[in-house]
Amino acid sequence: MSWRGILVYAENYSGSIHRASFELLGKARGLLPKIGGVLHAAIVTSEENAEKHSKELIAFGADEVLEYIVKERFLPNPVVHRNALIDAISYAKPKLVLVPATPWGRSIAPRVAAAIRTGITADCLDVYVDDAGDIVQVRPAFTGNIIAHIKTLTSPVMATVRPGVFPLPQPDYSRKGEAIAKNLSLSEDDDVRVVGVSKRKTVKLSEATIIVSIGKGVRSKEDIKLFEELAKALNAQLACSRPLVDMGWMERDRQVGFSGNIVRPRLYIALGISGAPQHIAGMKDSQYIIAVNTDPSAPIAKYCDLFVVGDIYDIAKKLLQALEGFKEVK
Amino acid sequence: MPRWGALNIVVLIKPAPDITKAKFDIERGTVDRSSTTLEINPFDLYAIEVAKRIKRLFGGTITSLSMAPPHAEPALRDAIARGVDRAILLSDKRFAGADTLATSYTLAAAIRKLGSFDIILCGEKSVDGDTAHVGPEVAEHLKIPHISFVIRVVDITRDRIIVEADYGDAYYTVDLKLPALIALSRPVIFKEEFVEPSMPKISDVLRAKRAKIEVWNADYLSDVADVGRFGLAGSPTRVVKAYYALEKGRMARFVKGDESIITLLNTLKELGVIQ
Ligand SMILES: Cc1cc2nc3c(=O)[nH]c(=O)nc-3n(C[C@H](O)[C@H](O)[C@H](O)COP(=O)(O)OP(=O)(O)OC[C@H]3O[C@@H](n4cnc5c(N)ncnc54)[C@H](O)[C@@H]3O)c2cc1C
Ligand SMILES: Nc1ncnc2c1ncn2[C@@H]1O[C@H](COP(=O)(O)O)[C@@H](O)[C@H]1O
Repeated sequence: MSWRGILVYAENYSGSIHRASFELLGKARGLLPKIGGVLHAAIVTSEENAEKHSKELIAFGADEVLEYIVKERFLPNPVVHRNALIDAISYAKPKLVLVPATPWGRSIAPRVAAAIRTGITADCLDVYVDDAGDIVQVRPAFTGNIIAHIKTLTSPVMATVRPGVFPLPQPDYSRKGEAIAKNLSLSEDDDVRVVGVSKRKTVKLSEATIIVSIGKGVRSKEDIKLFEELAKALNAQLACSRPLVDMGWMERDRQVGFSGNIVRPRLYIALGISGAPQHIAGMKDSQYIIAVNTDPSAPIAKYCDLFVVGDIYDIAKKLLQALEGFKEVK
Repeated sequence: MPRWGALNIVVLIKPAPDITKAKFDIERGTVDRSSTTLEINPFDLYAIEVAKRIKRLFGGTITSLSMAPPHAEPALRDAIARGVDRAILLSDKRFAGADTLATSYTLAAAIRKLGSFDIILCGEKSVDGDTAHVGPEVAEHLKIPHISFVIRVVDITRDRIIVEADYGDAYYTVDLKLPALIALSRPVIFKEEFVEPSMPKISDVLRAKRAKIEVWNADYLSDVADVGRFGLAGSPTRVVKAYYALEKGRMARFVKGDESIITLLNTLKELGVIQ
């Protein structure tokens, strides 16, 4: 059996495709000349959205879209996506399978890898083809302390890839491609029933371009207002280190770090955060990092571009005053 | 058909190095094992806590499985002190060098060897492996349903468990048939109660010191598994190169006093945040 081309799993459990799927299509197009074959996208979608979704995936780079059309209520069911992806792999026989390393992707993809007994690499930051023509996957391990380059000896090579590391390609709606409707036999068993959405996230730090992040330098829950104001003035998202979530001062969706969100904004401002390895793991790839801390020997000094030695309350107040004369860029 | 009696609860516990103290063996892309002791992977502490609450409701036993080198034994004693009834260490040279596929295969084999199980609990991810892939792969080998990134156990009966899980863009409520595997995030809520691991009592630590740790090797699993799928031999992925991610760091410019606000404003302008 020969394995050719690339398959991108397009994440869709809510009715809209996760943007990381498009990033992966862009990356895959770049890899394709070295790997050969065609670029497939596989999607579980509904009757209503199938055509629109396939057009989108083709515009972002897919040659052939494998559509698994299910009733709306089956969309958020992981079993359906597992079965679809296994079917898509056996149909397309791709050399490489890319899945967004979202919580959802990191739940579906490993199941599929185990089912088809192939190797899988988690949360990759890059994928490239080396001089020997082998696919190499680049991933962080040990809470982001180590970067490892990994090869897979079995086929297909499977990887979950971190959202936001590859640029969103420019869609081209004149691109030609094919949509292939694929059947999925849905068993009527009730092993997994999705009862409903309990809460949609209002903050998505992974997509923020400017982040103001607060740590234990903040002395009380009420004081957070000041930093909220600062975030607003800079058109930024407010985030935090883990202790603030543990104390119940901030919601978990705003936590940055190993056990929170991995972010890579254009600007990350860390206020009263010491820079523990678990926090650094979540923000070190930000383009520009400013730290404000009274302690110039805080570990975060090694991971920032500008270190303001000072009190976060004092700096926040003065900065807010000074900003009144400026317009933020929308 | 409803099932009766106590529940057999399995917890997957990874003995992992404290990454703030660990030194790394860059050649092999692993932790220098001699540089640090192994302790329970922090996320797995939540799995133990949830296991205890399930046991309180239904009765039963909590069995922990850990695939690790022999010097992981203190971590297993810690698990017993925290409330695990039976701790099993899967340890054998033939398990070494396992990636997620071989690790999950070995853990699944050990679960089969246990005989019957109703629920498997594990952590969202490990601080060293850092993949979040092992739990789902174990579930697949056992052909049972699973849900990852669980932040709440809404309800549990002898036949089903209802959980809230983080899908990424939203939290979904999912109702699974037991036996199933649940991978726990933190913070986690059990019914209405916030679950927070606490230090074990001295009396429990002393009791755990005398407890028996069962050690299973590859041969012991040979009737339920293909020993060729263990360890490096059963691992399709290979680390070809590894290096420190944080070594480079950044060269920060330090400012203080009156200079601070002016520098901040200029930087914000240069970055195009304000105009
Ligand atoms: C398994 C595991 C996972 C973890 N995951 C995460 C994670 O995802 N995210 C995370 O953030 N942490 C995580 N942690 C916790 C992490 O180890 C640290 O405990 C945490 O990041 C510390 O938060 P902090 O920097 O806000 O607090 P501290 O370390 O207490 O630092 C506070 C800083 O504020 C400065 N400061 C105090 N007052 C002022 C002031 N008025 N003005 C200016 N500076 C001031 C101090 O000098 C100090 O540097 C995890 C830990 C474990 C074990
Ligand atoms: N060697 C192991 N022994 C026992 N449990 C493990 C092992 N490796 C991983 N696990 C479990 O799988 C979870 C996810 O780990 P990982 O996939 O390494 O991020 C952990 O939190 C553990 O519960």
